[in-house]
Amino acid sequence: MSTAAVQQGTKWWSGGRSPFNASYGKVMMWYFLMSDAFTFGAFLISYGTIRFSQNHWVDPNHVFNSFPFAGHTNLPLAFVSLMTFILIASSVTMVLAVHEGHKMNRAGVEKYMLWTILGGLCFLGCQAWEWTHLLTGQHEVLVNGQIEHWNTTVAHNPFGPEVMFNGREVATPGPIAFGSYFFEITGFHGFHVFSGIIINIVMYLKTKMKHFELRGHYEMIEKAGLYWHFVDLVWVFVFLCFYLI
Amino acid sequence: MSAQVSSPEITFHPEHSDNTKAIWRTFWILSALTIIELSIGLLIYNIHKGEHPNATLVLAFKGMVCILTLAKAYYIVSVFMHLGDEVRNMIMTIVVPLGLFVWFIAAFLWDGTSWKNLRNKYNRIEVTPTEQVAPAAKEKGAKD
Repeated sequence: MSTAAVQQGTKWWSGGRSPFNASYGKVMMWYFLMSDAFTFGAFLISYGTIRFSQNHWVDPNHVFNSFPFAGHTNLPLAFVSLMTFILIASSVTMVLAVHEGHKMNRAGVEKYMLWTILGGLCFLGCQAWEWTHLLTGQHEVLVNGQIEHWNTTVAHNPFGPEVMFNGREVATPGPIAFGSYFFEITGFHGFHVFSGIIINIVMYLKTKMKHFELRGHYEMIEKAGLYWHFVDLVWVFVFLCFYLI
Repeated sequence: MSAQVSSPEITFHPEHSDNTKAIWRTFWILSALTIIELSIGLLIYNIHKGEHPNATLVLAFKGMVCILTLAKAYYIVSVFMHLGDEVRNMIMTIVVPLGLFVWFIAAFLWDGTSWKNLRNKYNRIEVTPTEQVAPAAKEKGAKD
């Protein structure tokens, strides 16, 4: 309430202060994330362009229908839901770490940073499993009148339109762009998760070494948090574009 | 008490609430939205499995999922990233450039659809030269 009154009367653009009321580092982190949003946006939009230019695209419920240790049980969306919840949970622990930082509670920051790192590692583990499953799982494809067994790679897509062959439905090769876009975009996102974990580990160690306590504020945790939430934000859109629609 | 960042760049410090109620509320909202998205996803899966999938219905459900995703993005940016607590100038300098996405998405998906239509019209097997229709050719007898 009092701050709102200050905000009303403040002449933000007459110099002598930051018109954004934030430190240089934080503003630049936001600008970096905005540019990164455009990088991811460009990837996802080019994926959309190629997908819209094809008469047939793969059915995600058919490609992503397995779960670790569940054999060949048909479980569409199950594993990716788990990955999504892991990332949302790690986002919550990150924001709790930022909250503890506001309260200058070092033990709290340490605890929640560890949970966030753990969440990130779990997510990467899930992604590794999913990639392995796609790259090694063999599917029947009808190529030039013969049945072949293909895995899903950047050069092979065994999830094309189905045709009748010897009295049963067999898939034909699908657009190869599916594999390249899937591995490119989830790989680029996974790389962000990986670098986010590295940043979080550095922040955890600096907290443990009392760097922020001596500095008098935990703004670095906030900046690392911004990056980590951005990774979660991108996953929300990757989840939409590859698995849901 | 919230930590005071000693920096001339900061005119006043946003008030941080001492409890975590808002964080957990957002967590439940995000979880609920994700569960709704998943049920719509499974609904689309079941429509596709049926005898005559209704394309308009599927498209409507996909549109709903897109709107729910935007809602999730709003909550993550506004609450988790604390952009909602920043001053208006800060919010605008981030949000306004993102408006470029409106053109970006519309133009490129339009382009993709156009490729599909052109490919279907002039596929590789029966490429026929485009008929030249000069204004003069419209008149009778001009063809000879």
